[in-house]
Amino acid sequence: MALTPDSARQLGKLGHTCSVVSGAGLKAGISDAAYAEAGVTVYPDAQSLCAEVDVIAKVRPPTSDEVKLFRNGQTLISFIYPAQNSELLEELKARGVTTIAMDMVPRISRAQKMDALSSMANIAGYRAVIEAGNNFGRFFTGQVTAAGKIPPAKVLVVGAGVAGLAAIGTSVSLGAITYAFDVRPEVAEQIESMGAEFVFLEFEQTQDGAATGGYAAPSSPEFREKQLAKFRELAPDIDIVITTALIPGRPAPVLWTTDMVEAMKPGSVIVDLAAERGGNCELTRPDEKIVTDNGVTIVGYTDFPSRMAAQSSMLYANNVRHFIFDLTPGKDGVIVQNMEDDVIRGSTVTHAGDITFPPPPPKVKAIAAAKPKEKPKELTLEEKRAKEAADFRQATRMQVSLLGIGTVLMLLAGYYAPPSFMAHFVVFMLACFVGFQVIWNVSHSLHTPLMAVTNAVSGIIILGAVAQIGSSSWLVAILGAISVLIAAINIGGGFLVTRRMLAMFQKS
Amino acid sequence: MANLEQMVSHISEPGIVIAAYIVAAVLFILCLGGLSGQESAKRAVWYGIAGMAIAVAAAVFTPGVGNLWLIAAMLVIGLILGYIVAVRVQMTEMPQLVAALHSFVGLAAVFIGFNTHFELARLSDFFALMHNPAAAMGNPDLLLQLNQQMEGLTGFAVKLLSKSPAEINILMVETFLGVFIGAVTFTGSVIAFGKLAGKVDGKAKKLPGGHFLNAAAAILSVVLLVVYLQTGAFWALAVMTVLAFFIGYHLIMGIGGADMPVVVSMLNSYSGWAAAAIGFSLGNDLLIVTGALVGSSGAILSYIMCKAMNRSFISVILGGFGGTTGPAMEIEGEQIAIDAEGVAAALNDASSVIIVPGYGMAVAQAQGAVSELTRRLRSRGKEVRFAIHPVAGRLPGHMNVLLAEAKVPYDIVLEMDEINEDFPETDVVIVIGSNDIVNPAAQEDPNSPIAGMPVLEVWKAKQVFVSKRGQGTGYSGIENPLFYKENTRMFYGDAKDSINALLPMIE
Repeated sequence: MALTPDSARQLGKLGHTCSVVSGAGLKAGISDAAYAEAGVTVYPDAQSLCAEVDVIAKVRPPTSDEVKLFRNGQTLISFIYPAQNSELLEELKARGVTTIAMDMVPRISRAQKMDALSSMANIAGYRAVIEAGNNFGRFFTGQVTAAGKIPPAKVLVVGAGVAGLAAIGTSVSLGAITYAFDVRPEVAEQIESMGAEFVFLEFEQTQDGAATGGYAAPSSPEFREKQLAKFRELAPDIDIVITTALIPGRPAPVLWTTDMVEAMKPGSVIVDLAAERGGNCELTRPDEKIVTDNGVTIVGYTDFPSRMAAQSSMLYANNVRHFIFDLTPGKDGVIVQNMEDDVIRGSTVTHAGDITFPPPPPKVKAIAAAKPKEKPKELTLEEKRAKEAADFRQATRMQVSLLGIGTVLMLLAGYYAPPSFMAHFVVFMLACFVGFQVIWNVSHSLHTPLMAVTNAVSGIIILGAVAQIGSSSWLVAILGAISVLIAAINIGGGFLVTRRMLAMFQKS
Repeated sequence: MANLEQMVSHISEPGIVIAAYIVAAVLFILCLGGLSGQESAKRAVWYGIAGMAIAVAAAVFTPGVGNLWLIAAMLVIGLILGYIVAVRVQMTEMPQLVAALHSFVGLAAVFIGFNTHFELARLSDFFALMHNPAAAMGNPDLLLQLNQQMEGLTGFAVKLLSKSPAEINILMVETFLGVFIGAVTFTGSVIAFGKLAGKVDGKAKKLPGGHFLNAAAAILSVVLLVVYLQTGAFWALAVMTVLAFFIGYHLIMGIGGADMPVVVSMLNSYSGWAAAAIGFSLGNDLLIVTGALVGSSGAILSYIMCKAMNRSFISVILGGFGGTTGPAMEIEGEQIAIDAEGVAAALNDASSVIIVPGYGMAVAQAQGAVSELTRRLRSRGKEVRFAIHPVAGRLPGHMNVLLAEAKVPYDIVLEMDEINEDFPETDVVIVIGSNDIVNPAAQEDPNSPIAGMPVLEVWKAKQVFVSKRGQGTGYSGIENPLFYKENTRMFYGDAKDSINALLPMIE
């Protein structure tokens, strides 16, 4: 149902009056009286209703007979599946009807409250697990009882869209060991967040689901082969398979082949949520439940939302109500078909005597494009060796050239400088080298004590002052005395502070 | 002049003094090497003290050293002053103290260099006589006067007299260099001290002309060196000293507060080189060895610091952060504050906690409160660790020293590389008074002045609390997007008061 008493009241606030065909809400548990109470006019049949109203909200695409009831200028809100129903579009265009396809609502944040596909998929996912449990003669959860041990059921969910994630959540909360697979590797995180295990596929070329508005795109034949091989490997172990793989605007891909069904244990259940579009399982028959020769039940119902009519009606009615809210910007009961609006433009498939399908790409991207991950290139063993060798050569060249330059400089200095200087210079260079070697080993946390202690040690300059202080020149003596004094402060203060610092370090 | 050679052989260092110097040099090397571990470090300081005592004793009792009483008095006074300073200083004031002590070494180097010049000048008559004996022979008065002066010469002067003209030239270069480095170290350290103590504005400041002023002063100093070598005039040395004072002042004024760890270790290195240069001029191998040890140690420390900040050493020396190449990334969102109850609740729920201390903790003297918080959390079975960025604080290893003072066990205090990967598994991170070292802009914003600097990835933790005095930016003046992240809460207030407020609520 596209209207509930609640949504009718809300629409009333927008200045609309609502009408309903008698008995339409019965399956969802809503009586005509309940509608009447909410101010909804109840018409005896569709014909009389269509003659009166401006906007018609439906669930399923209209049949050819129903299209004949519509008139020029009316707005139809319904599931349409425009990609598959081009004839229907022609008929609607001929009648001059503005058609809004609820299945075409773009997947952007603003439009989520109108995303009927998601709300229906959510219900379908939940219901799929319940249907599976109904046909599966065992516990989901494992138990150890006095009478023996019951192993937990193993559930595989193929396709982790909204329906798939809902199915994972339900299955996990029932206690089954749940695996899930999706062609979009980025949903692995979502799968794991729901408590299932992502079936990981080793494959190089992966697609970025964000580019297609979060929906899956067809995969390459090689990828498909890998995927099927993985499923074949899993099939004998899995008790329940729930397939939800759909690619927008195409028949459902076959992912669960006959031989996989044959490999499954008797009593296993397959629930094919893609049955309406041909099914992910080869043996699925739409709208039917069949049992194969080896005792595997295949559920091919296409009406899962209808099996939870009250709730799905409520959600769908709310989706429709939100859409009408957007169509009534003035809140005055006047429908404005604003074709500049991304959401409205995207969902409108016929308008003003034209087919407006497919829509142009929306201005706002649904999901920010995932940044291409830079993978560090795996080096082969030879490449690694070659790189190491090159690095080694480079380091050698660097060192040798530095040594060469150093030697030349030394020789130059030695040529001009007197031998007494060179003797001291040798000592100086060796001390520098010792310093470099020693300091590299000092641990990070001791850098402050190191600084304090080197500071104290540099007070060694006192030696120079001591040598000069005995001079007969009073000026030299005074400067020497001051130097001795401040160098002594340096020595005393530096060592003591270092001791204080080091004394504080302790192990827990 | 035959008695001069006698005097020289009598006065030059006897074997026993040289042997003492060798022992001292070995002890100094062991002292620095011993700092590789916390336990061996305690022994290492004693090596250093022993080495210093041996060296000074040997120097004092070298024949030809006069004014022993003056030396003894100065030594005692100096050691007492040093003792008083070292005992009084707060651990948070360590950086200032180290900088101040460096300035002493620099000043001593300048004085000793001057002394060498004065002695040389006094002996110019002797040199003239030695190089041209014939001229003096006809002048008995001069000879008599020189002979009288000769009686009063001490060891150092006699040693100078024994040098050849080429050696005198080298000596003058060495002296000049020693004075130059010493002077740069002196004013540089004084400015660094002022900045660290908050007496001088910490911001990078340059006079108009910037580095050209420094370069001009350095070139002028080289010119003065040539003049000095030609004439031996004191004014050349004095003018150069003034120029070097200016370079030291201007160089350090141009470096911002955030780069202070590098500056301090750089000055440490300079003081070492100054000592080595003086060692050359005095012909003292122990001075050379020790100066080289200190110089290379400071150089390596500066290099390690620079690498930790992903900056080139040159750019740090040349002052301040480099110019940005484009507009900084816009930061969206707002800083959300939280009170002590909120932080305490999160801590009580957490099982792993990492504390990231910074300079703010040192300023607020909060290390004691942090230590108590750590103790309480640990006694409740929570894993508490400290993440120390290599440049946290104003001195290399600053945070380690503060935490050690507050008796935080050092085995839970980890370096950046050891802990950076653990942040995603951490429940709560408390950032206490650090800013740039936890700034995600270093990784996310290529236009940020600190782009590419390794930072602690605290924002990957589940929750981050930032204890901070107000909404201002850090020392470097860069906005920190961390404060605007969704999992970050700002815990405003003085770090010590904030942590103390938390303590009773940890249960």
